[in-house]
Amino acid sequence: MFSNLDLQKFVFGRFTLADIPYHEPILLVTFAGVALGGLAVVGAITYYRFWGSLWRDWVTSVDHKKIGIMYVILALVMLLRGFADALLMRSQQAIAFGSNEGYLPPHHYDQIFTAHGVIMIFFVAMPFVTGLMNYVVPLQIGARDVSFPFLNNFSFWMTTAGAIIIMISLFVGEFSRATWLGYPPLSGADMSPGVGVDYWIWGLQVAGIGTLLSGVNLIATIVKMRAPGMTMMKLPVFVWTSLCTNVLIVAAFPILTAVLALLTLDRYVGTHFFTNDLGGNPMMYFNLIWIWGHPEVYILILPAFGIFSEVTSTYCGKRLFGYASMVYATVVITILSYLVWLHHFFTMGSGANVNSFFGITTMIISIPTGAKIFNWLFTMYRGRIRFELPMLWTVGFMVTFVIGGMTGVLLAVPPADFVLHNSLFLIAHFHNVIIGGVLFGMFAGVAYWFPKAFGFKLDPFWGKMSFWFWLVGFYFAFMPLYVLGLMGVTRRAQHFDDPSLQIWFVIAAFGAVLILCGILSFIVQLVVSVRNREALRDVTGDPWGGRTLEWSTSSPPPDYNFAFTPVIHDLDAWHDMKNRGYARPLTGYRPIHMPKNTGTGAILGALSVVFAFGMIWYIWWMAALAFVAMFVVTVVHTFNYNRDYHIPADAVVRIENQRTAALAGRV
Amino acid sequence: MSAETAHHGGAHAHGAHQDGASHGSFRGYVTGFVLSVILTAIPFWLVMARPLESALWTGIVIMALAVVQIVVHMIYFLHMNTKSEGGWTILALIFTVTLVAITLVGSLWVMHHLNTNMMPMSAHDARHAP
Repeated sequence: MFSNLDLQKFVFGRFTLADIPYHEPILLVTFAGVALGGLAVVGAITYYRFWGSLWRDWVTSVDHKKIGIMYVILALVMLLRGFADALLMRSQQAIAFGSNEGYLPPHHYDQIFTAHGVIMIFFVAMPFVTGLMNYVVPLQIGARDVSFPFLNNFSFWMTTAGAIIIMISLFVGEFSRATWLGYPPLSGADMSPGVGVDYWIWGLQVAGIGTLLSGVNLIATIVKMRAPGMTMMKLPVFVWTSLCTNVLIVAAFPILTAVLALLTLDRYVGTHFFTNDLGGNPMMYFNLIWIWGHPEVYILILPAFGIFSEVTSTYCGKRLFGYASMVYATVVITILSYLVWLHHFFTMGSGANVNSFFGITTMIISIPTGAKIFNWLFTMYRGRIRFELPMLWTVGFMVTFVIGGMTGVLLAVPPADFVLHNSLFLIAHFHNVIIGGVLFGMFAGVAYWFPKAFGFKLDPFWGKMSFWFWLVGFYFAFMPLYVLGLMGVTRRAQHFDDPSLQIWFVIAAFGAVLILCGILSFIVQLVVSVRNREALRDVTGDPWGGRTLEWSTSSPPPDYNFAFTPVIHDLDAWHDMKNRGYARPLTGYRPIHMPKNTGTGAILGALSVVFAFGMIWYIWWMAALAFVAMFVVTVVHTFNYNRDYHIPADAVVRIENQRTAALAGRV
Repeated sequence: MSAETAHHGGAHAHGAHQDGASHGSFRGYVTGFVLSVILTAIPFWLVMARPLESALWTGIVIMALAVVQIVVHMIYFLHMNTKSEGGWTILALIFTVTLVAITLVGSLWVMHHLNTNMMPMSAHDARHAP
């Protein structure tokens, strides 16, 4: 009954050896590099006998601080991958003119720009934002962990699983060529029959679970676990922007999940939600995915705004100007971000009423954002500004982001958008706000909170090198794209005919090389800082003269964050405590109730990679087995009652006495 | 692993467990149950006995009863009121309703506009177009 072919199909689905891209030299070299790097890491872990510690202290950890650090590491690793894609695109476009076809054929180039967009948004910006929120929010509100510590670990591993699924596509099969949002009909079964779009779908679905659950977790944390006295209007601004971001996540991500599920049905079981054939409508996909997609950009930028607020107020030595207006602006942005989605497809053919409505709402949303810029400026006005690294990123952001914001308002004018839609002007605009806003914000946050997380400051020289390379590189890389966009050059082109355009692409490629130097400087900064850590050591826990609660504990904070829950009387609680001559209590410690580590999150993440791989390659037995295994692991985990323990009072006394000694040694 | 550790185990990293939500009463549950049964029975009766001639009006009434049903569930089974959880519950509800309304009304408006603008042809016209 079973012919050879059927058995092979049953066992391997649609996977054949021809799907391993060993005929592509670029991928072979990449694979060799990744394999060697991976072996080196595995070897180093084995040599330093780090496996046990890695599993016990990191992989299974439910500590929000460690999970936050792991999120940021994930973001940095994926940044390298996404930036490698950017370099490939920039170099291809700089040489592919006239008779020169460049070195990337269209089917490969299309995968690269898709992967670049997907990775940069979902696996760089999102984990970066989530990581910093995870690390900082509980510390800023005086809590010992997030509301649901296990859920936090599970969320992280689901996000990582999504990233792994995307990375597998590099070496097994191919990635989507249907752009980062996978518009049908191009992403449908007829136009993209291969595994590429399926890698994209399942990578995003798995990571989406993690994002959604971490949103729920942080909302519950901020609403329920604030220290006594910390009313909503005494929250640090970063906590406010985190709250709004997580509300946006919880409200918007289900829409993405639903749209992707409908597209999955179109591809797997032959429904026609998004194909014209049997009454479906591809524009419905555009409509729905941008109802998620526009809030998504505010999900990314709001925490960055929060970081800039904290940084500005700390390094100017002043209370933030217009705290209440900052909060209201954040909330207004949260609501308005749901009323602008159509500006992403003004050209689809709605009438003047619809386009003018969404054009006007888009212009309105720039008002609260502008108010924030003025708040930061007025905070700096007559402040004692210290131009430490985070402050440099903040000033760089303010200049760059204003340019990006203004080109955004320009694009919000529907007639202008008809000219600029899908041109390089748009590319320049959103890189202007995402690099100049989100990424600069994240780098400011890393430089600002690094001493809190590791107990020593980052090396300022290499940090400044990184900053200037990024800033100058950004302008070289993207200002030419504004020019090209105004000339009518469209995005996603692999080859050009008009030789007069080439010089602009060469300048942009030069900018990308400068940004490469910025990234390398950042890595050098990490290495140099670790080597000079004794010279950069901070024993006070408050290296910058901080104003919020995270600076009141030691650096790095103990597992339990705070030996005693602080009581809050004023905004900028730590500043207020210092002014009142706060003295650390030295006695009266009690045992502290803590959650226990568990490997369930990592196991479920690994199983979901297997499940997704089975679904992508139509290996149904593998998908079914993995799904059953996930179900069983989840049920078994619910019977695990051994979830908590107490840190004995002796241990707390020992840790706190060490801190007392460290503080005394300084004076 | 005993039932007692299970009782105070779980994910509460913090002992302080303040709870503003009411957990309902027997009377509340019965009221909710009876109301739900009535609100479910009426649509069945409307469809099976057809006291209303118009299918449109039958549909509208059933939808309206469904909305009332949702409210009954929220009040009697989910114990929602303006004060539970310090007002967070009602705030979340208002936010959710607003966003769902924006999504539904906005999508209908946008897609309707698109259809009238871009698709003047019926399927019949399209088939016989030159």
